[in-house]
Amino acid sequence: MHYAQIVQYSLSGITVGSIYAIVAIGFNIIYNTTGIINFAQGGFVVFGAMTAISLSRFVPLPVAIVLAVLLTTCLGGLVELVFIRRCRDASILRLIVITIGVSILLQEAMLHIWDEKVRSLAYFTGTAISTVTILGAHFSPQVLWVLGVSAVVVAALAVFFRFTLTGRAMRACADDRMAARLCGVSDRRMVTFSFMLSAGIGALAGCVISPVTQTQYDMGPPLAIKGFTVAVLGGLGNSTAAVVAGLLLGLLEAFTVSQFQVAYKEVVSILVLLLVLVFRPNGLFGGREIGALRAS
Amino acid sequence: MILLRRYAVVLVGAVAVVLLQVVLSAWGATYYMTQITMSAYYSLVVIGLCLLMGYAGQVSLGHAGFFAIGGYTSAVLTTFNLIAFRGVPWVDGCRSLGLLVARQDLYGANLLTVSPLLAFLAAILLTSLLAFLIGLPILRLKGHYLAMATLGFGLIVYRLALGTAVLGQADGISNVPPLRIFEGLEVTGRQPFRVQNYYIAWAAVMAAMILGINLVHSRAGRALRSIHQNEEAAHSLGVNTYRYKLSTFVLSAAFAAVGGALLTHYNGSIGPSEITVMKSVRYLAICAVGGMANLGGALLMGILLNFLSLRGVFGTYDDAVFGGILIAVMLLSPQGLLRMPDWREARSFLCRRSHG
Amino acid sequence: MADPLLETRGLHRFFGGLHAVKDVSVAVPRGAIKAIIGSNGAGKTTLFNLIAGTIRPQGGEVLFAGRPITAWKPHRVAALGIARTFQTTKLFPHMTVLENVVMGRHARARSGFLAGMLSLPRTWRESRLMEAKAREILDDLGLDDLAGQPASDLPFGRQRLVEFARALAMEPQLLLLDEPAAGLNIYETQELSRLILRIRDRGITCLIVEHNMPLVMTISDEVAVLDQGQKVAEGPPRTIQRDPEVIRIYLGDDHA
Repeated sequence: MHYAQIVQYSLSGITVGSIYAIVAIGFNIIYNTTGIINFAQGGFVVFGAMTAISLSRFVPLPVAIVLAVLLTTCLGGLVELVFIRRCRDASILRLIVITIGVSILLQEAMLHIWDEKVRSLAYFTGTAISTVTILGAHFSPQVLWVLGVSAVVVAALAVFFRFTLTGRAMRACADDRMAARLCGVSDRRMVTFSFMLSAGIGALAGCVISPVTQTQYDMGPPLAIKGFTVAVLGGLGNSTAAVVAGLLLGLLEAFTVSQFQVAYKEVVSILVLLLVLVFRPNGLFGGREIGALRAS
Repeated sequence: MILLRRYAVVLVGAVAVVLLQVVLSAWGATYYMTQITMSAYYSLVVIGLCLLMGYAGQVSLGHAGFFAIGGYTSAVLTTFNLIAFRGVPWVDGCRSLGLLVARQDLYGANLLTVSPLLAFLAAILLTSLLAFLIGLPILRLKGHYLAMATLGFGLIVYRLALGTAVLGQADGISNVPPLRIFEGLEVTGRQPFRVQNYYIAWAAVMAAMILGINLVHSRAGRALRSIHQNEEAAHSLGVNTYRYKLSTFVLSAAFAAVGGALLTHYNGSIGPSEITVMKSVRYLAICAVGGMANLGGALLMGILLNFLSLRGVFGTYDDAVFGGILIAVMLLSPQGLLRMPDWREARSFLCRRSHG
Repeated sequence: MADPLLETRGLHRFFGGLHAVKDVSVAVPRGAIKAIIGSNGAGKTTLFNLIAGTIRPQGGEVLFAGRPITAWKPHRVAALGIARTFQTTKLFPHMTVLENVVMGRHARARSGFLAGMLSLPRTWRESRLMEAKAREILDDLGLDDLAGQPASDLPFGRQRLVEFARALAMEPQLLLLDEPAAGLNIYETQELSRLILRIRDRGITCLIVEHNMPLVMTISDEVAVLDQGQKVAEGPPRTIQRDPEVIRIYLGDDHA
């Protein structure tokens, strides 16, 4: 492969990979606070993009994106309030099945609100044919947006969880719910908040990637699975690792496409999931303690 | 008398099936039988899944994958033309043994394919073997990780079907010949055989029900229930929990494969639409709403919901209906709506306000 | 002394940084009732779990009738004739009392999946025998009138007894009882003592983890004391009662 081709594929892989990483971080936020795997996460990403696309016909692009993120954030909160909050002592599995049901309902709702046509948000800067050239590879400036926004999101979240009161309250909740409650933290509110936060960053990710990958009503579940794969690959709950894992998976996919048929790209990521679950359930960066995932 | 109560579902079901057929034939509405026949084959998957989820307590989100492996294996073997190898000694030998059959396709060309009966057996064996191999590693995983792993499995099968030329990619495989059991009795969708196939499908379902009911009431069934209700205690009583889970997994896969293979011969084709995540979720939803550990309920819901879906009653909201059912069941009653519902829990759910 | 029925040699087990069981060697003579006592967190239940196979030791061995069974999975340990009860009663909540006890007969029967699905005649006979034996045991423990009740409906004391019956249904050689008296009142505890003695008279060896001192002192032939994962004393009840180390553990330094 030519040098330029390698750069091209790498860039494509990193771009897509950073979106996977954001979705995975969304998973981790909810997982850390509740132990649930929110399968509807992929749906939030798509919903955010779809909403922004519709709104951008009436308001300027930046406003549309902000509104879309806000709307999706509310949706996330709504989902938690209606479906999750009721089941205080339900088993994790039951809650996950519920989120699967929610992702289906969300998908169907999007199908009926919009339709099955493929759409995309306008490019943030330039048009579909603008290119930037770095190291001999040509790519759209949107790619820089994706990488930039992802980096900002990761950094902002790190700051949020480290330095703000709410962020620390959420971490407390994740560590030891009972203790957090005893300290006056409303764990229920933290759970709702974690859903809202995940939905929000998911929507933002959806908006920024939409010009590159297009958006369609049924892209939710595959995205959710990839996001979950990345989350597990990095070690569930570990968001820094999720970034690395996301980039890895993105690169792996990109180079698979370069060698094999496009259809097999999906197979690779699922194989990664299965291999990780079976052999290294704590992820690449997880500890040695096997306990958690094994049945007996 | 215990026997009567135990097999009540089967007896009542058999009577209902016959009555239904008589009524439909009398009204000249035999076209309904097609959808009922198809629903019956889908219900085979549900019965197997019910044993796995309701009794062994293991969740599978990828059972459509096993259905498809059974169907596709049958389809590929009975449509792959070996005519080019005619003259090769062992090929001719197989043909004389009846393992390969010669026939003509729609356009009059000569075909040499595997005999449908042999293909059917191969489908079941292959699916069972794959289930065994896949189950070995993933059944060591806990609850929700097992669910995700099975989801991943279903997706891989889907992607492989979409991407592989031999499997017909997006178009699937068609022109699948009928499965001839013996002269005059064959699994096919053709008009004159409609009533016959109605009964074949129901015979398969009833056989599965009887096997399932027997299993549930046997020592093995009791062991499964014990694993589901308290795995640690079961283990301490001498139950090899891992092996029981694996056996149930393989069994449920075999049931799904039978359904898949028979439906493929009935429809004359199979496509990737049978392997989608939605299909797997559908089976899960039906199992849940029928009552996780209720074979009769699962069967009833399987027939009912699939029939309605096939008739288009749900329109474009098809997937949404099953998603909604799944959520509703999970929220209101983990035991499913056809078990003695926990009315207290349901009422408290509806009346409950979120406490701080 | 004749060969012990159960023996552990130098068992070690860590949980993260905690050395839960440290070089523990105990021997249980055939036909005896041996008790293991110690304060909370001393490693008693961990020791049980190591013997029964629920967790693996990171050092040392477990021998049953001279045969090494270290790190055997629980179902294999059970098949050998070692039954156990749990600290928190683990009945099968959606089964009846009778069905729970019949599950105890599981290891004594043979029919597998295929035989079950095809409902072969030999399975009928086997089922009848299993049920008959279970009823016998329920009778023996005075639980026969509760046979048809769902296990989760029973009061706590009765549930404990059912778990006992289930363990007895295994016809074990060795019975591991994890805090059998926990949560029982005085009368129930006395009933328990009588029951354990009756079981011993039938030749079943018992290893008991307990906090209840009167019970331990009354029925045990031997007592072993664990403290912070280590065995600190072992011997007949009277000797243990007077052991200064034991007194220090339970009552503090002033009383030694």
